[in-house]
Amino acid sequence: MPVIRAVSLVLAHVPSLVRLGSKPLRVLREVEQPIEYLRPHLRDWDAARAYAPNQVFIGNLGVDDLAARPTPWHRHPLVDAGRFGPDGEIMPEHEFLGLLATCDGFDLFALDGEVAEGARGALDAHPLVGRESGRPPVPAGVTAALLRERIERHRAVPLVGADGRLLGAMLPGHDEDDTLTGQVLLENLACKATAALALRHLLAQPGAIAASNVRYVINCGEEAVGDRYQRGGGNVAKAVAEWAGCGRATGSDVKAFCSGPMHALMIAGALVRSGLYDDVMVLAGGSLAKLGMKFQGHVKHAMPIVEDVLAGFAAQVSRDDGVSPVLRLDAIGRHEVASGSAPLAIMKALYSEPLGRVGLTLLDVDRFSLELHNPEATEPAGSGNVPLNNYRTLASLAVVEKLIAREGIEEFVRTRGMPGFSPTQGHIASAIPYLGHARRGLTDGDLTRTMFAGKGSLFLGRMTQLPDGLSLVLERNESRAGAD
Amino acid sequence: MGLEDQAAVKRVADEHGSGVVVLLGTPDAESTQTLAQTVVAGDPSYAGPLAGVPLGLPVFHVFEPEVRDQVPADVYEAQVALMEMSLDRDAILAGLREARRAGATP
Repeated sequence: MPVIRAVSLVLAHVPSLVRLGSKPLRVLREVEQPIEYLRPHLRDWDAARAYAPNQVFIGNLGVDDLAARPTPWHRHPLVDAGRFGPDGEIMPEHEFLGLLATCDGFDLFALDGEVAEGARGALDAHPLVGRESGRPPVPAGVTAALLRERIERHRAVPLVGADGRLLGAMLPGHDEDDTLTGQVLLENLACKATAALALRHLLAQPGAIAASNVRYVINCGEEAVGDRYQRGGGNVAKAVAEWAGCGRATGSDVKAFCSGPMHALMIAGALVRSGLYDDVMVLAGGSLAKLGMKFQGHVKHAMPIVEDVLAGFAAQVSRDDGVSPVLRLDAIGRHEVASGSAPLAIMKALYSEPLGRVGLTLLDVDRFSLELHNPEATEPAGSGNVPLNNYRTLASLAVVEKLIAREGIEEFVRTRGMPGFSPTQGHIASAIPYLGHARRGLTDGDLTRTMFAGKGSLFLGRMTQLPDGLSLVLERNESRAGAD
Repeated sequence: MGLEDQAAVKRVADEHGSGVVVLLGTPDAESTQTLAQTVVAGDPSYAGPLAGVPLGLPVFHVFEPEVRDQVPADVYEAQVALMEMSLDRDAILAGLREARRAGATP
């Protein structure tokens, strides 16, 4: 069986990019100075770093610790919150702008001269993606006059800082191509940059593979990179591998809305199991379009816009090393075409059927990782507490299957679930943020078995009314000793 | 309720007139109340196409006995029962009663 050998999870704090999220762009179209409107609700990096859910994301705080903390979390910052954690980091915006610039190979993204200078200095000193890492250098910036000309005459998208200052601009890649506008390219670039940061963090994990030994990368990020003749052409995986110095790697993109990462991990496991590769990297960058997605609710409730971070992750799926958690390819839960869209059928297909296939029940799983959207992002906008609702539904399935009594629902949710702590970054929020915690818990901690389930809203693309879903079981390695 | 959804509700109500019933599947009391209010008395946030438009549509929640009784038992079991068990049914229906009382409709 394949194992999950290393995991990284990163955030980039980008308050200035919130204004370019899809929802703020549409809602604030008529507002003359959108950044002025948003400013009272934009957090600085210290606040984003000390925000407890973000610390859980990078592995500095446990999920049960978060559950025990006072709410609202945005009013109870952590003291001494670190930038780096065991799984990754929370990168500040001025550095991330430099990272974005290093990911642009076509001179389309330009920073203001001073901004570029500051970004270069900060990024060059980074322990993992610094000057010595072999990544492309942060290019010199341009004058404010040139930025303005690009914006006014060449349809570049302005990047305005939270302080109202013009930080840079993104040119379109083609005069007449709707898939290569400045906005689309900036979204793609943000996705590439966060995935690249996650991959470098992964490669720096203890026991992880060396960049030169990476042979195959699967990207499951949300952006469909392409052009007018092939809107979702791909291949972000290869672009990220190139940036990260994985010279012997190739790769491809796997897409299935928010269940993409589960499919990608399964395929990676199958490639390893087949013997074609010893190791496969699975990674995804963040979604700029989803920044500020629920900002109206945050403004209405006079709270900070907590959807101000881009997320990225990477995982190394490898041949069994006798230590790392096992990815059980014999217990994959699938939402099949004939499964339909009825909740009970979906839940059985994703949870009880695959567990039953290998002689287990819901009660044999210590922790379930489902959609982990931070309720502080969704509740103010009237979208409810997504993880809590999903855990209660799962517990109800346990009642239907006569594993627990109805009175046991709350305890099931408390002990086998967790509070949502992920930014609303679509595919990444879908189960993935717990992967680092699970890997630790299944090796050094007291976990025996965890289950990850991602669900995808395929109907959003208007090609089928069906949802999608895939679940995976991760198990402590020693429990498999002698089983094969 | 999103602006696009409000526009869709308004379009259906305009096209079909008095025969329209709104059936909610909302997961909590607050969203139930807000959505019911929107299709009865108009958009409470005054932001969407239903701002100031009191459609006065009859509104029900899928958890109500009147609705349940009209659905075959096996269909209800497959589509709704799991959610009914996991959500706070009483609070949801209380939110709906409140919206109906405020709008003075069925």
